[in-house]
Amino acid sequence: MEITEKIVKKHGLKKEEYHRIKKLMKRDPNLLELGIFSAMWNEHCSYKSSRLHLKKLPTKGKQVIQGPGENAGVIDIGDNDAIVFKIESHNHPSYIEPYQGAATGVGGILRDVFTMGARPIALLNSIHFGSPSHPKTKSLLNGVVSGIGGYGNCMGIPTVAGETKFNDTYNENILVNAMAVGHTNKNKIFYSKAKGVNKLVVYVGSKTGRDGIHGASMASAEFDENSEEKKPTVQVGDPFTEKLLLEACLELMKDDSIIAIQDMGAAGLTSSSVEMASKGSLGIELELDKVPCREKNMTPYEMMLSESQERMLIILEDGKENYAKKIFKKWDLDFVVIGKTTSTNNLTLKFHGKIEGEIPIDALSSKAPIYDRKWSKKKASKKKTDIKKLKKIKLEDALVKILSSPNHSNKSWITNQYDQMVMGDTVQRSGSDAAIIRIHNKNKAIAVSVDSSANYCKSNPVSGGKQIVCENWRNIISVGAKPLAITNCLNFGNPEDEKIMGEFAECLIGIKEACEFLSYPVVSGNVSFYNGTNRKNIFPTPVIGGVGLINNLKKPLNHNFKNENNIIILIGKTFGHLDQSCYLKENYSIHDGMPPEINLLNEKNNGDVVLNLIQANLVSAAHDVSSGGLVVALSEMSIGSNLGIKIEKSKKLRNTAQYFFGEDQGRYVLEIDKKNLISVEKTLKNNDIFYENIGITQKDYFEIEGEMRLSINDLYEINNQWYNNY
Amino acid sequence: MKSSVIVFPGSNCDRDIAVALEKMQFKNKMVWHKETSLPKSDLIVIPGGFSYGDYLRSGAIAGKSLIISEVIKAANSGCLILGICNGFQILTETGLLKGTLLRNKNLKFINKDVNIKVLNNKSKFTSKYKLNQVLKINIAHNEGNYFTNEKHLTELNTERLIAFKYCDKNGNINENSNPNGAIDNIAGIFNSKKNILGMMPHPERMIDNMISNTDGVNLFSSLLN
Amino acid sequence: MVELSLLNSRKNKLKFSIIVTLKKEVLDPQGKVVQNTLNNLGMGNLKDIRQGKYFEIEIDEIDQSLAEKKVTQMCEKLLVNLIIEDYKINKI
Repeated sequence: MEITEKIVKKHGLKKEEYHRIKKLMKRDPNLLELGIFSAMWNEHCSYKSSRLHLKKLPTKGKQVIQGPGENAGVIDIGDNDAIVFKIESHNHPSYIEPYQGAATGVGGILRDVFTMGARPIALLNSIHFGSPSHPKTKSLLNGVVSGIGGYGNCMGIPTVAGETKFNDTYNENILVNAMAVGHTNKNKIFYSKAKGVNKLVVYVGSKTGRDGIHGASMASAEFDENSEEKKPTVQVGDPFTEKLLLEACLELMKDDSIIAIQDMGAAGLTSSSVEMASKGSLGIELELDKVPCREKNMTPYEMMLSESQERMLIILEDGKENYAKKIFKKWDLDFVVIGKTTSTNNLTLKFHGKIEGEIPIDALSSKAPIYDRKWSKKKASKKKTDIKKLKKIKLEDALVKILSSPNHSNKSWITNQYDQMVMGDTVQRSGSDAAIIRIHNKNKAIAVSVDSSANYCKSNPVSGGKQIVCENWRNIISVGAKPLAITNCLNFGNPEDEKIMGEFAECLIGIKEACEFLSYPVVSGNVSFYNGTNRKNIFPTPVIGGVGLINNLKKPLNHNFKNENNIIILIGKTFGHLDQSCYLKENYSIHDGMPPEINLLNEKNNGDVVLNLIQANLVSAAHDVSSGGLVVALSEMSIGSNLGIKIEKSKKLRNTAQYFFGEDQGRYVLEIDKKNLISVEKTLKNNDIFYENIGITQKDYFEIEGEMRLSINDLYEINNQWYNNY
Repeated sequence: MKSSVIVFPGSNCDRDIAVALEKMQFKNKMVWHKETSLPKSDLIVIPGGFSYGDYLRSGAIAGKSLIISEVIKAANSGCLILGICNGFQILTETGLLKGTLLRNKNLKFINKDVNIKVLNNKSKFTSKYKLNQVLKINIAHNEGNYFTNEKHLTELNTERLIAFKYCDKNGNINENSNPNGAIDNIAGIFNSKKNILGMMPHPERMIDNMISNTDGVNLFSSLLN
Repeated sequence: MVELSLLNSRKNKLKFSIIVTLKKEVLDPQGKVVQNTLNNLGMGNLKDIRQGKYFEIEIDEIDQSLAEKKVTQMCEKLLVNLIIEDYKINKI
């Protein structure tokens, strides 16, 4: 069959890319080979637009065992324990079919973690929807939430933290990012690098169907007009099979049978086999007749490009076939030897005894195109809102408006649909700054949190990029954990647009700077471009997932006030930055201006000292100050505890709104028992930390001198009503 | 005291219950569903989870597994059987307990801490609790809405076979304190010989103050008596 | 009068059944597990099972083709997830 320009285009390949393929192949590819190139050279697998920028991120540190480039990142948390984690997007499938899209997103990220030998111990998610009033939002929201819950609950892995945000920018393109965290012994980590020639290549898990064969199969429909049935289909998640796959893989991993293992995610059999061969500088030969198929008459093209879920590819040590097979049989899973490693450095595909395709591995991996796409710097916005010129709104009214808004209202109606307690080690469930998961049978724990700030990133990508890293860092610190490393999911628009590419490049500059300064390396991640429709790109939405360590787990710290008559201290300077704030958005619909500046030096000092105070047991509650400013942070600390506050008016107060709603960074609210006050203040002074004693905790009432007095019950009601009325 | 935990494909609270049993000094064994005989046990636990993915009906397929006929034999000879969450669903599918568990009234999975009241403490499972004691225990299920016919409901009441009912923190049993729509707020029931207990809440999640509370401990210590 | 209106309403009612199944090429995890279990229970000659949903709908309408149109709309708007499911409407 002749490969026409049209076929090339349908495979998402540019003309120049096709020429490159022919050069690398030294001949014209056939359709199967073209499909494989299209899968390996697309943005998702090749990172062709992002690679040059990603390379600049800090990925090393003494805590890092494995940085980006494997199925997931791995960090060392001492005592031979390792934490394996990664975040990934499933945006487009979730928009088409929210339940299955979100569910298979969770399934995919879980496989990335247990492929490396780790038992998943926590799931997190960051989900972004359009305006609540958009006709599609409600069903997308419900579908995504039940999909995430459906998969994680069935797997028996607690979903412990996340964020749900609404913004017009996602009206036509929602974001569903799922993060998985696993635990293993650091000497039992499994990688995807093949070693040795003539080793068996084994297919395990579910059967292969015509799931998710993208552009590819649309193209094939043209060649075969009678094949109505070859339309691309949505992948359906089967968490039950995945649970079996998890247990079977972990059982096999107790032994030394596995040389390399790779999950079949995007571009399934193609990417998994190429990945393993490429890392091992080997060739791989597959006999496609042996691939377990769910449907009849599947072609090599379909088998190689199918994205059926719950499958893995394993390269086995000699003599381990029967042993391994027995384990997979016990778990009722397919286990089929479908090929072997070779010394040819080619991907060789046989079907019915004939070679149907043969491609040099490096053409698919190291020689894939990399683009230095044009990008332009964002012009700084000169707009500044003069708060004095705005109609005055009472503090209480502004607070009520924010606390009852979709973005700030309590999300327990979502988190109650996730099993947060299964596995018996959830020390702190969602709702706090970070969730805490105990390491099984040990007296230590990890803290995990995911964060994003699309509005900040849109108005100033560099400082927005810095801000999310810092906010994530603060969230981990606020529960008393030492931040160790992050994973990132970079959701952006069309990279062929200079401005969008600029947003990407600049956000990464910000992320890099903050990560370097805070020694908070990136160990894994995922890039999702082309979010948006009809040339309307989404706001740049990098999502940061962080992991921290609590070495000596005594009493977990959360943000709820603990006792009345305790002192409330605000750490960090309040300048009253209102541009890009939630206050101006919710109350005045003002979206202009620059986000708050990030002072990394203060950020680090404040964070380090707060962590010291928490570790010295001098803090009763801690909360980072973020969207909504000081007063929203204080409300959240009250609502969770039934204890109120009495805040004295600051002597230096310039403007009430600026002081209470300003979103200056690097700040924390701490609740301090009076008996600890002297030592706390001493430490703060010794470390040159700017702080203010702003008031005390009290029973029942949320009170700001001369401004407002509201009962905690009312505050709770205000914060919990939105979804009930939605 | 010897216990066995039955493990089905898709069980996922098997480790949690094993941790709880061992913490409470049970000598515990895990039993894979394909096995055809049970180790000698004083207590058999069918744990929570999604056996067979909860496909078809929750508990339906596990109810047809090889080991279940052994569990039924053991039950009939008086062995103590505890079914938690999916385990409760499986017990109703096998007929060891009457009634069934429907989808939650709000059609959503619910995971939260709820209060339940001890309605009968004269059983091997509940003797360490006080009568009418209010416990705070975690629930996590999609199908926990207990339903049974009028006749059985009368029997449950007259024979005092209701172990726990959902209530509020002050012990009031009403619609507001019913998380899933269960008939008469029923959270757990005994069979007529009271050697079988099926319950939706997860006592094994409430044995450690670091994680939650210790309201589940007395269920296990009752069994040790 | 009451009886007459009852009679009329009965006359106006058309009844349909709708069977919704996953599309043939879409993975059916439930069907797969049920099939395995039945096989294990000794039903060895069982070849394939697909699980689905069943609806019965009554429509206040005399004209059958109009009624069918309505039912089709119901299917496409709500009852069926067209991305992964097929449906069949039958008059009963």
